[in-house]
Amino acid sequence: MARTTRASTATTAGTSERLSVRKTYKLYVGGKFPRSESGRTYEVLDAKGRFLANVAQGSRKDAREAVVAARAAQAGWAAATAYNRGQVLYRVAEVLEGRRDQLVAEVGAGEGLTARQAELAVSEAIDRWVWYAGWTDKIAQVAGAANPVAGPYFNLSSPEPTGVVVVLAPQRSSLLGLVSTIAPPLVTGNTVVVVASEQRPVPAVTLSEVLATSDVPGGVVNVLTGRAAELAPPLASHRDVDAMDLAGAVGLDGATGVAGIGWGELEAAAADSVKRVLRPATDRRGNDAEPDWTEAPRPQRILAFTETKTVWHPKGI
Amino acid sequence: MSTTATGLSDRSPADVAESARSVTGSTSLDDAAWRRFLHGLPGVDRVGADGRAAMLGTRSIKTTAKAWALDTIVRMVDLTTLEGADTPGKVRSLAAKAVRPEPNDASCPSAAAVCVYNDLVPVAVEALAGTGVKVAAVATAFPSGRASRAVRLADTREAVDAGADEIDMVIDRGAFLSGRYEQVYDDIVAVRAQCRAGGRHAHLKVILETGELATYDNVRRASWLAMLAGADFIKTSTGKVSPAATLPVTVVMLEAVRDFRAQTGVQVGVKPAGGIRTSKDAIKYLVAVNEVAGPDWLDPDWFRFGASSLLNDVLMQRNKLATGAYWGPDYVTVD
Repeated sequence: MARTTRASTATTAGTSERLSVRKTYKLYVGGKFPRSESGRTYEVLDAKGRFLANVAQGSRKDAREAVVAARAAQAGWAAATAYNRGQVLYRVAEVLEGRRDQLVAEVGAGEGLTARQAELAVSEAIDRWVWYAGWTDKIAQVAGAANPVAGPYFNLSSPEPTGVVVVLAPQRSSLLGLVSTIAPPLVTGNTVVVVASEQRPVPAVTLSEVLATSDVPGGVVNVLTGRAAELAPPLASHRDVDAMDLAGAVGLDGATGVAGIGWGELEAAAADSVKRVLRPATDRRGNDAEPDWTEAPRPQRILAFTETKTVWHPKGI
Repeated sequence: MSTTATGLSDRSPADVAESARSVTGSTSLDDAAWRRFLHGLPGVDRVGADGRAAMLGTRSIKTTAKAWALDTIVRMVDLTTLEGADTPGKVRSLAAKAVRPEPNDASCPSAAAVCVYNDLVPVAVEALAGTGVKVAAVATAFPSGRASRAVRLADTREAVDAGADEIDMVIDRGAFLSGRYEQVYDDIVAVRAQCRAGGRHAHLKVILETGELATYDNVRRASWLAMLAGADFIKTSTGKVSPAATLPVTVVMLEAVRDFRAQTGVQVGVKPAGGIRTSKDAIKYLVAVNEVAGPDWLDPDWFRFGASSLLNDVLMQRNKLATGAYWGPDYVTVD
């Protein structure tokens, strides 16, 4: 009896294939990985139309929870020294580097790039993190000022974080575009709720795993996957959101707006609570277009999510 | 038994003692008699009570029912500030908020009461005169209750004389836990007498401090003891001890007031206090009130929330329902 069992075990191990361990793609909210409160998922296809993953389809309640988490984390993140924020963001780049192969495969499959192109896109994304990490303790020097005033006062202006920033991540560039839109608000101490590219969300889920295992405090970045048309309106009208980046309001096909909702409507909803809004980029003819993210970044994107604080301080006599 | 116009029970001390004797089946009301009665109450199935509370917490309350629940919660809130750092100014701003929680919305009701420490009662009374919002005072050496009976009674008398409409007293948990039930009973009876002294009628809420009572059996016993001693309300906690109010403990207390009314015909209110911060939690309590005690208790005269930050969350939810946009804490007052 014992012999038979042993023999059959050996046969099984020798001939059958190992069961694959499939991954559950979840949201990233408040430093945790919840499924969508709604329990829904949606199918994501690769560039050739083959099944890639079942990804959590976030609901407006998930969006609400994400804003609560971002608000709770904001004061602490803004209170960290600029130098410390720089170290933390640089650490993200380090951990991203360790996930390079996985990211190359995911970006390549989702965006339909060759291995070499995907490799370049990932390298560019990691370098982008490093570039923005360097800005944390420099932005106030560049954008701040000692203003001349007619009186015995120091008059100093400096950029301060605006608060909770919602980012509609670019639809086309699933990693480089994502990094180029979420890193800038983080530099000055904003916290972010990002709605990942609807058709290409997998690199965003991987990025959230990177964020969870680097030193970024929970809630500083919250990643939602799902239908942008469902998630964007409640976030645009949310009173506890301070700013919105509409980079992702340009469809994969170049169509403007989010699945039928024009970004103008989102901007109007955002205006109700006086949010800062960064409109989508335009091409040379003035049409909405997703920019070429490989172009050299500029610090203006950081300053789009800041408030200028000016203090008067008497000069000692 | 008679009830006043406000619906509060107004039993005479003789009625209270008589009903205590008849319910306990003892003429003496000493420790032994109380022990016989209280330990003879059916035990609480802890797993069952937790399970029932968890089940009641899963009900989905939406749209018009939610709108009704939110307004009812506002009407039931005892807006509380019990800090060493309280100032007359803070009490006045709290009073203003209790009267008009949402200044630009006339449909928003007032809170039930403002709950303050003894020495700030005159400030609250002045600020709330003529508004219908009650003044509640915590008395009897709140929150520990560790003072002589004379001191605790003087504390109560001062609050009542200053015009408090409601007195929140604490029981002596040390005496209760060591079985000196007669002492606890006598304390409550004596404080109640102070509340009714000189033609006044201050409404007596008895704080059991369930976080220190250790078991649900003790919560049930303390509830019966307080009700038999003439409490108008039984209240879970001071808010100074963790855990404060929990849903299962409140369910046990709601069962006690329901059974007490069935047996004696006297209705007693319930007030969970401490730790209820969100509308979602508060709505769970309303579901429990309706399901366990019954709709008769769904009224500010019979159910209250002791809370400070809860009101802000309810106001945010009201605005969310009215406008469809999620609201933020920047749009409500801090405290």
